[in-house]
Amino acid sequence: MSDSSTAIPSEARPRLPRGVRLVHNEAQGGWILLAPERVFKADAIAAEIIKRCTGELTFGELVDELAKSYAAPREKILADVGTLLRGLADKRLLEL
Amino acid sequence: MLHKPLGLLAELTHRCPLGCPYCSNPLALDAGKGELDTATWLRVFREAAELGILQVHLSGGEPGARRDLVEITAGAHAVGLYTNLITSAVGITDKTLTALAEAGLDHVQISIQDSDPASADHIAGYEGAFVRKGALAAEVVRHKLPLTVNAVVHRANIDRIDGMVDLALALGATRIEIAHVQYYGWALKNRAALMPSRDQVEQAASAVADLRSRHQGRIVIDAVVPDYYARYPKPCLGGWARRSLNVTPAGKVLPCHAAESITGLEFWNVRERSLAEIWANSPAFNAFRGTRWMREPCVTCPRRELDFGGCRCQAFALTGDASATDPVCHLAPDHAKVAQLAAMRTDAAYVYRHM
Repeated sequence: MSDSSTAIPSEARPRLPRGVRLVHNEAQGGWILLAPERVFKADAIAAEIIKRCTGELTFGELVDELAKSYAAPREKILADVGTLLRGLADKRLLEL
Repeated sequence: MLHKPLGLLAELTHRCPLGCPYCSNPLALDAGKGELDTATWLRVFREAAELGILQVHLSGGEPGARRDLVEITAGAHAVGLYTNLITSAVGITDKTLTALAEAGLDHVQISIQDSDPASADHIAGYEGAFVRKGALAAEVVRHKLPLTVNAVVHRANIDRIDGMVDLALALGATRIEIAHVQYYGWALKNRAALMPSRDQVEQAASAVADLRSRHQGRIVIDAVVPDYYARYPKPCLGGWARRSLNVTPAGKVLPCHAAESITGLEFWNVRERSLAEIWANSPAFNAFRGTRWMREPCVTCPRRELDFGGCRCQAFALTGDASATDPVCHLAPDHAKVAQLAAMRTDAAYVYRHM
């Protein structure tokens, strides 16, 4: 069980658990994270991050990849992605 | 602007083996022989997906009473809907659950009546229900399906919220709903026997806050407030006919599952019209959509688009006027009535609901 106060270890492999999935829905105007009896709108950046949470990439690799494709400072990406993923994990929408 | 609905509550049947005194289904239930057939449900799901609906909640009664539940679930999954089974666990065999998991079921919600087994079976009016729920929960977890526990709380079990959260954790749930009884349908018959005291409600609220911080990251605790003791009313499902709709076993389309309790509304039926036409034009849907139907104090209230005047069904049940401000609101002219009703508490035996 992960402690919500700690940072995500770089070797963690974030993935969506069964019962949580990211879909694109025209009628609802964009990306949506479907979860048990809940629905969350995801903006384009959040969707790009969540799409990579398949259990294949480690958290460290995921941050590297995003830093590269967005040509942004790694520390900034690390902080932003860490906050998003920690928030999802606390809501039981992500496994680490 | 007309919003797109997000969720569809599919009440597959009113049949149910349990006799819960807080059942919020209407007093007059739809008979089994008048239920929509499989093909009609599958058409409704197709139309729902086309309308932008994302999630379907397969509910009842006990959905396990439908022999075509697996087919219905597969049909909803096939059109891309997120499928949620809302069950008492009594009537869903392990074999059915396996078939449902293979058919694409996304999530299971199991109701519990209490953390104390004897009390739980007493409240459900069904010997052995508690044990069956535990067994099905284990199967859900074995299939790696996410599990929500729904705990309806009232004066008989409200002091054991921590026990119910512990039970949910032990069952492997990742989410629990602490749902205070809402007084609609059959529950109105048992209001005095179910009503907690204000002290109990306040202790329950602090227990929930404490449990949330203790279990953060382990289990999500969602709580539905007991609105007889609230200051502001609950928003009616995020606004009447704004985010979700409900199809009854006989095919009537309602803005919420208690809406038939309001007399004089005209509901349309999926047997005669498409879901899109009903969503846009049903007289019942347009009756309280938005804010135009409001009077004072709602119409000038800064919260009018937050709580939408509260619950229309409750306004009708307590005042006889569905356009009135929900009396739960401290600004409502009839607010004093709510305190009087909450004070009418008794230890009398439940009036069970058995079909």
